[in-house]
Amino acid sequence: MPEGKFCNKKPITTEEDLKALLADKGGKQYYEEMAELEVDTQKLRDALRRTCASRTLTWLEICARCGMCAESCFLYMVNDRDPEQVPAFKIQSTLGEIVRRKGNVDNSFMRRAMEYAWARCTCCNRCGMFCPNGIDTGVMFSYLRGLLYAQGFVPWELKIGAGMHRVYHAQMDVTTDDWLETCEWMVEENREIWPGLDIPVNRQNADIMYTLNAREPKHYPEDVAEAAILFHLAGENWTVPSEGWEQTSLAMFAGDWEACKISVENVYAAIERLKPKRVIGTECGHAHRATVVEGPYWAGRPDGKPPAEYIHYVEWVAEALRTGKLKIDPDKKIREKVTLQDSCNYVRNHGLARYTREIMGYIVEEGCFVEMTPNREYNYCCGGGGGFNGIGLFRAQRNQALKAKRDQIVATKATLVIAPCHNCWDAIRDMEEEYKLGIRWSFLKPLLVSMVLVPEHLGG
Amino acid sequence: MKQLLAFLAGPGLIAALLIFSCGLTFRLVRYFRGLDWRLDRVAYRPQMSAGMAGGLHSIFRWLLPYGTHGWRSYPLLTLCFFLFHAGLVLLPLFLPGHTVVLEQTVGFSPPSLPQFAGDALTALSLFGGFFLLLRRIALPETRLLGTFGDYALSALVLLVLASGLLARMQATNYDLWLLLHIAAGELTLILAPFTKLSHMVLFFAARWQLGADYAVKRGGHRRGPCFPW
Ligand code: HEM
Ligand code: HEM
Ligand code: SF4
Ligand code: SF4
Ligand code: SF4
Repeated sequence: MPEGKFCNKKPITTEEDLKALLADKGGKQYYEEMAELEVDTQKLRDALRRTCASRTLTWLEICARCGMCAESCFLYMVNDRDPEQVPAFKIQSTLGEIVRRKGNVDNSFMRRAMEYAWARCTCCNRCGMFCPNGIDTGVMFSYLRGLLYAQGFVPWELKIGAGMHRVYHAQMDVTTDDWLETCEWMVEENREIWPGLDIPVNRQNADIMYTLNAREPKHYPEDVAEAAILFHLAGENWTVPSEGWEQTSLAMFAGDWEACKISVENVYAAIERLKPKRVIGTECGHAHRATVVEGPYWAGRPDGKPPAEYIHYVEWVAEALRTGKLKIDPDKKIREKVTLQDSCNYVRNHGLARYTREIMGYIVEEGCFVEMTPNREYNYCCGGGGGFNGIGLFRAQRNQALKAKRDQIVATKATLVIAPCHNCWDAIRDMEEEYKLGIRWSFLKPLLVSMVLVPEHLGG
Repeated sequence: MKQLLAFLAGPGLIAALLIFSCGLTFRLVRYFRGLDWRLDRVAYRPQMSAGMAGGLHSIFRWLLPYGTHGWRSYPLLTLCFFLFHAGLVLLPLFLPGHTVVLEQTVGFSPPSLPQFAGDALTALSLFGGFFLLLRRIALPETRLLGTFGDYALSALVLLVLASGLLARMQATNYDLWLLLHIAAGELTLILAPFTKLSHMVLFFAARWQLGADYAVKRGGHRRGPCFPW
């Protein structure tokens, strides 16, 4: 059976197909069909010819097989130094083989490659910093995901995730109405405590357009309220778009580049429409990667930049504290041992380490902030990145992967972990559930709301 | 044998050098021409000056022994790597034995190292290379990674070093060692553009690319003046 009902080479483009695939609980039938799925070797060969160019081919060729990337990979370290977890081995035995065989690979090869691409690499890019030849295995794994996706070899949840972006322009089934209702509801809910609170929708030429993660309106609406409260207290002239507010991209994790383009163009269209001075994205790592770092290229923008200045939430918070737009009540600073999770997506891959450190300086009492080791650019992935958190099939591997971050956190003796990234936050939540560390974890927003001084004219 | 030697030291050498230099130049040009801002998702041209600074910095730091986190995390490997490569880069150009041959065949040559420096570099290089080979065999991860080609190329390069040393020591069978040395040396030159030995130029290309990638796209000035390699 070449093409399955659920597992096939076609992306999900209709609500109906999406619901049908969702109804296949846990992807039972989906994975059964995958065992039979044929590889279209001609298509694979063509894809290689079109997209596997100088950079990737050179990386694959000049790898010295020296193993200097081994210890850099947290998955190698938490799996008892399994040689099959060395980045160079992982990529050479998957993408490297596909290239050497010119796409002539079979079903079992592709299923193994899928396990490698999604359960043995989170695309954290740490190994690339340790390779003398400058070989970035994480980038190649992301490329491999694209090849696998086009052939239908993708974990069930991510096929759904990419479909969500195509159907709803969001990673979850949040429609424009749902989104606007959430905004209204959050304003009503909080106006009593915060008089004058507003979430201005579609305001033209605002100083700030705010974009977020669909999980927030869907599951954590208080996060939307907190963002509004902080902008309100800071006196910002801000807005949210009714369309193009969703910044994340499960399509990026899935390797569905076409859906990535659709999503990011939707956000950029909102920027073009509302013409804000700049855009601020929520506390999410991969959303930032998708719209600010990779997005411009998916959208075909030759300068590699979004249509307006686009910053991460931590950059805005650092600026607001620096300029005094937000002031912290000295009595409410954090007084317990606290550590900080560096999200690979905007720290290693977008250089924002110093902004989060700056924030710590304002909100944590002297002597209470403890760095993890290693940190900043050299941090380890939380253990759940690149879609790993959400894939049921690889849950056991993911739980094993959490151990690197667990040990880092335990070594700091911190009781609170600040994690300004949805994925990292989830991973730490699951870690607590799995390994019972007795820690708490938090985004920045709720902490800030609990410690800012309310300006006099706003009733403070 | 004398005839063969004369051939290898004359036209053979010229041919090998031509293949070597044209081949590697071609690889380098093809690499950079093949960089594609859409596929790589790096705006090379519009942000060339940032890219150039980041790229050159990335090359420079990695040429310093213990200059990066990567080198520092494998101290012994790093020592041996730099000993091995110091010889491989300096000896072919500056060894007295080589400058004489180059003078004769090509017509000019770089200045030559004192003989004792050549000998010392050779010994250290052999030591470093030998250790790298041992390490490759001893560690589970490199054993799994290594291909036949990796061993063959390492062995070939070690053979060039060892046979050169034996010839220089005027060991018995001087001619044989010299012949072996020259043949293996020229084979190395000829193979360079076609095997992963091409890393002797593509190292600079790939290092430049990743440095530029971080400077143009993955943070650049937000991070501070340069990437903390
Ligand atoms: C990859 C290329 C090469 C390397 C790494 C290399 C390395 C060496 C080394 C280590 C020595 C011994 C030096 C000492 O102990 O002081 C040597 C000697 C020598 N090499 Fe090479 N070599 C290479 C290619 C060649 C080629 C292509 C030729 C000739 C056409 C050549 C001709 C000689 C000669 C004539 C000697 C001197 C022998 C003597 O002292 O009597 N080498 N080389
Ligand atoms: C400036 C020029 C060169 C640079 C920057 C360079 C760089 C490198 C790097 C980064 C590695 C991998 C790291 C490692 O094994 O620890 C390597 C390995 C190697 N290089 Fe070079 N290389 C250069 C020139 C050469 C030359 C001229 C030769 C031979 C004639 C050579 C032969 C080798 C070999 C055989 C290995 C593999 C060593 C092993 O068994 O691990 N390299 N080189
Ligand atoms: S460190 Fe780089 S060159 Fe060495 S094995 Fe890993 S990917 Fe290959
Ligand atoms: S990108 Fe990260 S997870 Fe993937 S191989 Fe490299 S270090 Fe490991
Ligand atoms: S979830 Fe966070 S730590 Fe993990 S890969 Fe993504 S950004 Fe990195």
